[in-house]
Amino acid sequence: MAEVLVLVEHADGAVKKVTLELLTAARMLGEPAAVVVGAPGSAQPLVDALAGYGATKVYAAESEEAGRYLVAPQAEVLAGLVQSAGPAAVLVASTPDGKETAARLAMRTRSGILTDVVALDADGTGTQNVFGGAVIVQSRVRSGTPVLTLRPNSVTASPAPTSATVESVPVTLSDTARGATVLDRVVEAKGSRPALADASIVVSGGRGLGAGENFTLVEKLADALGGAVGASRAATDAGWYPHQSQVGQTGVTVSPQLYVAVGISGAIQHRAGMQTSKTIVAVNKDPEAPIFELADFGVVGDLFQVIPQATEEIEKRRS
Amino acid sequence: MNIVVLVKQVPDTWAERRLTDSDKTLDRGSVDAVMNEIDEYAVEEALRLKEAHDGEVTVLTMGPDRAGETIRKALSMGADKAVHVSDEALHGSCAIQTAEALAAALGTLQWDLVVAGSESTDARLSIMAALLSEKLGVPQLSGARKVTVEGSAVTIERQTETGYEVVQGALPAVVSVVEKINEPRYPSFKGIMAAKKKPVTTLTVADLGLDPGTVGLANATSEVVSVTLRPPRQAGQVVKDEGDGGLKLAEYLAAQKLI
Repeated sequence: MAEVLVLVEHADGAVKKVTLELLTAARMLGEPAAVVVGAPGSAQPLVDALAGYGATKVYAAESEEAGRYLVAPQAEVLAGLVQSAGPAAVLVASTPDGKETAARLAMRTRSGILTDVVALDADGTGTQNVFGGAVIVQSRVRSGTPVLTLRPNSVTASPAPTSATVESVPVTLSDTARGATVLDRVVEAKGSRPALADASIVVSGGRGLGAGENFTLVEKLADALGGAVGASRAATDAGWYPHQSQVGQTGVTVSPQLYVAVGISGAIQHRAGMQTSKTIVAVNKDPEAPIFELADFGVVGDLFQVIPQATEEIEKRRS
Repeated sequence: MNIVVLVKQVPDTWAERRLTDSDKTLDRGSVDAVMNEIDEYAVEEALRLKEAHDGEVTVLTMGPDRAGETIRKALSMGADKAVHVSDEALHGSCAIQTAEALAAALGTLQWDLVVAGSESTDARLSIMAALLSEKLGVPQLSGARKVTVEGSAVTIERQTETGYEVVQGALPAVVSVVEKINEPRYPSFKGIMAAKKKPVTTLTVADLGLDPGTVGLANATSEVVSVTLRPPRQAGQVVKDEGDGGLKLAEYLAAQKLI
């Protein structure tokens, strides 16, 4: 059976959840082979976790240079493996870095690429939500080695313990790959909440909050639920919340188990970023707000009353 | 410094967008077409860089004749000239083919910096900067919320979920920008009038020297095999807050086993 390469997302010696989802999906297409690109010594601590989800091989592409440049090193390592291992497909997480890595790989190998895949068939056909989730398409790659990026939380990771052999892969970078140097990585947001794009619960605030400081209501509810915080474009444009938290057509697309819209009317451009969420709950004072058309549960009322009360009740039930 | 700014005409995101029944490509006819919103920020950034460093701003687009409207908008904002890649044979191009055509068009121009929007609102792949930089063999400086050019060094703040990365490369380079970067100007009346006289060069597949056997829908590296409309969400339960709205909300979440 042909190998299916899975680019491993890892941080601080641990495999990220999305990689386990990718390995689960890869098992349908062939034999999962995990590709770790990182600093020397980064692969070994990950091997057990990767083998636990079906990776029979771990390619260790270790180099001090790996983290120094923007996405191109990962793409070049994968391109080398596409050549030497002849895989059935390459799977990469649909994160901003993942998509760009996949793009470079696809261009380098002149292969078709499908991004933001939410479901995968055994024949490699991918399902994608387009136009903000209003349309569902099935696509397939016609040229080269299929390069597929899967959205986090689309596939449920299921263990399939096996044993993995580790194979060291040289990291030889082209001058092009060394073209964009990462000089610094700056963390601005405090790190206690889950990342927006792959959180299973998202609480977003909008115009109804009236001021930036009122986002604490949204944050408290998010913390009570263990969720991430999002914002509508009205809120980010007003400077009430950081731009990278914007959910919608020109921001992040989320598809969590639970989406709570607080003081968000639900304009089409916001809906485009959240309407594939499993359960949608909305609180808005305007009973005519379009958000109620897609909410599974809605409360028409003053969010400054409803949200603190809900937060308190959730904390009570959870303790 | 000569800058090429990439723009794309897309269906208005306020409209209901569709793929055609016939060949499952973007239905451009049924809705209003506008400049991709993030591209306005790219044009603005290109103009600001030109104002700071001199040189020319050339607009580059690929699309049917109608995309000329989007070119005019960029020219009326202040760009100097434009190249319009337009050929029936390019209809239905995939991302790889589009990058190849744009790279070929860039080959006809003298440029130091390519500026693009981070993604289009129609396809939303957000990979064009990566594809082009790989194809052209120049640094990829993508997702920028700030761009600085000093001498031949381009430095960006690349937006990440938790903050930003400082990424640097040398000219020539490809930059893509996010909408946080600036506030795009509106075209002035004078700008609109001046745009009518600015040169627009149209390039076909033959002009670009592309192999006709590699372009268009029939040769795309990926294909759409089926299209389904998402069924509308069932309208749920809406309650009016009678002083217990928060409790009811929590109750609902508990009943759904979400807490």
